[in-house]
Amino acid sequence: MMKSVLLRSFGALCAFVILGAVQLAQAQLRVEISGVGANQIPIAIAGFADEGVAPQAVTAIIKADLARSGYFRIIDTGDVMAESANVDFTAWKGRGADALVIGSVQRLADGRFDVRYRLLDTVKAGSLSALSLATQPQYLRVTAHKIADDIFEKLLGVRGAFATRIAYITKVGRDYQLEISDSDGEGRQIALRSNEPIISPAWSPDGGKVAYVSFEAKKPVVYVQDLVTKQRTVVANFKGSNSAPSWSPDSSKLAVALSRDGLTQVFVVNADGSNLRRLSNSNGIDTEPQFSADGQSIYFTSDRSGGPQIYRMGANGGDARRVTFNGSYNISPRLSPDGKTLAYISRRDGKFQLYALDLASGQEQRLSDTVKDESPSFSPNGKYLMYATQSGGRGTLAVVSVDGRVKYRLTMQSGDIREPTWGPFMK
Amino acid sequence: MRTLNILAVVVSSAVLLAACSSVKLDDKAPVEEGTASTVPANGGADARSVGTVTTGSADPLDDAHGILAKRSIYFDYDSYTVKDEFKPVVEAHARYLSSHKNRRILIQGNTDERGGAEYNLALGQKRAEAVRRAFSLLGVPDSQMEAVSFGKEKPKALGSDEASWAENRRADLVYQ
Repeated sequence: MMKSVLLRSFGALCAFVILGAVQLAQAQLRVEISGVGANQIPIAIAGFADEGVAPQAVTAIIKADLARSGYFRIIDTGDVMAESANVDFTAWKGRGADALVIGSVQRLADGRFDVRYRLLDTVKAGSLSALSLATQPQYLRVTAHKIADDIFEKLLGVRGAFATRIAYITKVGRDYQLEISDSDGEGRQIALRSNEPIISPAWSPDGGKVAYVSFEAKKPVVYVQDLVTKQRTVVANFKGSNSAPSWSPDSSKLAVALSRDGLTQVFVVNADGSNLRRLSNSNGIDTEPQFSADGQSIYFTSDRSGGPQIYRMGANGGDARRVTFNGSYNISPRLSPDGKTLAYISRRDGKFQLYALDLASGQEQRLSDTVKDESPSFSPNGKYLMYATQSGGRGTLAVVSVDGRVKYRLTMQSGDIREPTWGPFMK
Repeated sequence: MRTLNILAVVVSSAVLLAACSSVKLDDKAPVEEGTASTVPANGGADARSVGTVTTGSADPLDDAHGILAKRSIYFDYDSYTVKDEFKPVVEAHARYLSSHKNRRILIQGNTDERGGAEYNLALGQKRAEAVRRAFSLLGVPDSQMEAVSFGKEKPKALGSDEASWAENRRADLVYQ
């Protein structure tokens, strides 16, 4: 069953008018949920006292985050309850809620908003968490996501990733844009606009920069762009094609794929473009390098054995070991944050689909039922994978939990959205 | 202009041929008859018509009908070798580059839409590289050429069918 949630809230509209922020005037991304977790925690989220004073509907954002995650069943309640309210735990348990969220919003004299919240366990009749977050008006969405993150962590034992950002490329006609949005597709901002293709965005580990490949110079060149200052650095512009940037975990280097010596091979270069070194040495194609989370290894795609397969080598090069053996076409390796799972795209029977491989057991699982999948990307908590796929002939983004159960999509009203990459946790 | 000229010749010959066949049914030498009538046709049909002579560019690269006008090399599915039918094209451009040392060429490799963006970029590079090597074997120095790839990012044909895919498995030669 397809549940459609249009996350275009009245609050978002107000924010746009009031702040006049440099946001996209076009419609937001639409979220379509098509799968949920096996076990869902029933949770009631009361309206926060005086939340109408804020330009963002804080509890609506929290509810949408938790519902989309697949691990919560939201119990409707018309109640408005401040974090200090007396709570009849037995009554809430009777209404089927294992957990209850209450809170308030207050405008401070300096223009900020104080968002307070409390998470209650109705079974144990006690408080699980409480936060008070003083927030600039333009960051109210982030604050709502942070509360959802806290609820997720306290109830599931895994850090929430709602307050993270994603980067992706949109294509409308001949216009390409590198865009940054919240993890739910809201708050879209344009980082780069071009009449030529842009591919392979990659977040720096601190979430402040994005590396990408732009064709604006009539050939693929690797750039790093500071999202705040807009400063761009050419990291790799050698003869031939320059592509597939991937950051080292310490942000000091980027692995890239260059064709300067003939066929495409893996190199590493300092983030300022200096000290280029070749890492791979094959007679075929070596591309799509990805550092492991510990920075010790680089996974990459190579066709040295015929069709493309995924290999692993040391971060300084050297011998490469083949990692994928099922199927004749395995590309786009991505490592989970804990280093235990490899996600990739595999072609089987003409379908390009998302797979995950448990590196210890060798167990492989297909995670998607779409057929033109590309560009997988782990959420920073390792619970989800975002990837590009197609729907009705147009590019859309899809998210699936690593167990394959939770599924939702982010779509645009027109044009293509592609090449997603999930950003890191931010302070 | 040139195209128009040729069109005019073709059309007038067609008219002449049509006239011949309808009038002279039993003549044994229609070719002579036709040839003879072409000359007066100029003055006969319209005495005020003017034929244009174009001196043309001295650069054979500008000859829209010469072999150098062919700038695309097509590849088979999953193939990265220059097919025999495109060798004359590659040889002609190699000769031109060898005799025009100031000219530089960009070889742009392309793939069809199937598969990942980065792997396709590398496959497009493999096609551009095959053409670059062919040029190199024919004596074109590296300083006069660069092989780059667009992968599947700039398809010429936009469909998702075999004809479109075949059109996009291509390397283009772009003079700079």
